[in-house]
Amino acid sequence: MFKRLDENPAATVTVTIDGVQFNVPAGETVAAAVLASGFGHTRTTVVSGAPRAPFCLMGVCYECLMVIDGKPNQRACRELVNDGMKIECQHATGRL
Amino acid sequence: MPACDGPTIVVKDHYQLVIIGAGPTGLSAARVAADHGVDVALLDEQPAPGGQIYRAMESIPPARAGLLGDEYQHGRKIVSSFRQCNVDYLSDTQVWSLNSKREIGLLQGDEPLMITADQVLLASGAMERPVPFPGWTLPGVMNAGAGQILFKSHGIVPNDGVVLAGSGPLLLLLAWQYMHAGVKIQALLDLTPMRNHLRALPRLPRALMARHYLAKGLVYKKDLKRAGISTLHNVSDLHATGNDHISSVSFRHRGRQRSIETELLLVHFGLIPNAHLSRAAGCEYQWDRSQQCWRPELDDWGSSSIDGILIAGDGAGIGGARTAEHAGRLSALQATYALGIIDKYERDQLSRDDRKWMHDDLHIRPFLESFFHIPRKLLSVPDDDTIVCRCEEVTAGEIRMAVADGHSDSNQVKFLTRCGMGPCQGRQCAEAVAHIVAAAGGEKVAQGGHYRGRPPVAPLTLGQLASLYPEETE
Ligand SMILES: Cc1cc2nc3c(=O)[nH]c(=O)nc-3n(C[C@H](O)[C@@H](O)[C@H](O)COP(=O)(O)OP(=O)(O)OC[C@H]3O[C@@H](n4cnc5c(N)ncnc54)[C@H](O)[C@@H]3O)c2cc1C
Ligand code: FES
Repeated sequence: MFKRLDENPAATVTVTIDGVQFNVPAGETVAAAVLASGFGHTRTTVVSGAPRAPFCLMGVCYECLMVIDGKPNQRACRELVNDGMKIECQHATGRL
Repeated sequence: MPACDGPTIVVKDHYQLVIIGAGPTGLSAARVAADHGVDVALLDEQPAPGGQIYRAMESIPPARAGLLGDEYQHGRKIVSSFRQCNVDYLSDTQVWSLNSKREIGLLQGDEPLMITADQVLLASGAMERPVPFPGWTLPGVMNAGAGQILFKSHGIVPNDGVVLAGSGPLLLLLAWQYMHAGVKIQALLDLTPMRNHLRALPRLPRALMARHYLAKGLVYKKDLKRAGISTLHNVSDLHATGNDHISSVSFRHRGRQRSIETELLLVHFGLIPNAHLSRAAGCEYQWDRSQQCWRPELDDWGSSSIDGILIAGDGAGIGGARTAEHAGRLSALQATYALGIIDKYERDQLSRDDRKWMHDDLHIRPFLESFFHIPRKLLSVPDDDTIVCRCEEVTAGEIRMAVADGHSDSNQVKFLTRCGMGPCQGRQCAEAVAHIVAAAGGEKVAQGGHYRGRPPVAPLTLGQLASLYPEETE
């Protein structure tokens, strides 16, 4: 869906998204990193299990809830990536 | 660890003025108040100042900034002027509650805090108007503003073939910005109905008094045309289809049903004030027919119905970024006056230019609002199967059934259907529910009401709440 402009970021960090490693620019939000890494959806819904993806990227829709470093219900558009961060698609409530 | 800007600021328990939102409104207000020696805290959940329009102003690579146009560049002055003043700027700080006693709940990282203020200025801006249509919950359908955030903050743009759809100046601006970045837009679907041209015409002469706005819009249109971007006007019946992801968008154009294959559809239907905090505090609101949204009841200075709470900028009603600056300054002067630091005469003298701007700006608004008026039919979600509440997956048909059962108020519908009870707390469905309830009951939107606002406006864990009141929970 998305691509990064050719900008040569000053620094990158390594994150894993659903088990796959990616190098992403430091300072990116988790949602931006996930979308630019080619992931189509970031959660499945509680009611019907339908896939959903970030919709507003400004913190008002809560569609971007993901499991970040083991913590469910994090708004991926409000969290910044960190080196070694583990990012997972959230299924339903995100609790096992 | 609270992630404040610069050296970690020790947050005080009390400030003379707390400003919520570091967009053009809050930044201009902070500067004016600080220049008068007011003890100010400026809070924003973003990591840096700028708000929606001037997002990432301080960190953006110059080449990317160049693609965004002069209006974006104007923000540099505002942000750097703000940086020269003495205020406690708390970035990465989300405000989750505000009450009529001006007690403010903050969240820094995982840490909740309560502070108080003599005066509060809500400068929390706008959000894109959520308009449910078939398929709008599919991955690959996003707000145009979201696309713009990826571009401004991160230099991320769509792959070739993106489709833009909806109505409003921001849609046109985004198309123009993408064009400069070399993104190949497959189509721009303009859902502004042709009849809006007629509706707006009587307001055109007055709008010509503020023609800089119109000139800008015309330049964008001309540039897009010259670049060969296909724009289809008077489009209706927008529909996104796909299984787990959008694969095509279908619509009606010139009496024909059409469909375009795409993996990304960016939609925009105008802006509405971000009202969660002011509603939680209990500020009075009224329905504005022209802007098609609820607006807080305010005087010319931005004072709300609650003593000591002011609202300015796009959070008060959509006026655009330049107006936001002036409105922020007016409210800051009013707060400074209310604090007894300047007298009425000084307030009035110091605000002359800003008041003149606000007055002149009134010329253009009626034209823009009627030109970009969203058809009522679209707002009241005609298709029964369309999901209205994205969180709880409640459809328009279920809401209409609740109305048919005699529930003619948004709050009743909410408790019956769970519509608006999910994590977004109704931010994405309140407007649509009000329209559906009104249309189904044959009433005006204002009568169907809006969800009652309640703190916390952001989900806090019980642990976070408990840490605020240790003595009560021990
Ligand atoms: C996504 C989007 C993109 C836009 N892009 C443009 C554009 O390119 N050009 C243009 O002319 N207009 C744009 N606008 C219109 C915009 O509303 C501007 O007119 C202008 O930014 C309004 O200024 P403001 O200071 O009133 O609010 P904003 O600039 O929106 O600033 C409000 C600030 O308040 C903060 N905030 C809100 N709630 C809370 C809370 N609970 N806790 C902490 N902080 C909070 C936000 O993080 C934000 O930084 C855009 C609007 C949106 C929604
Ligand atoms: S994408 Fe809307 S809250 Fe994150």
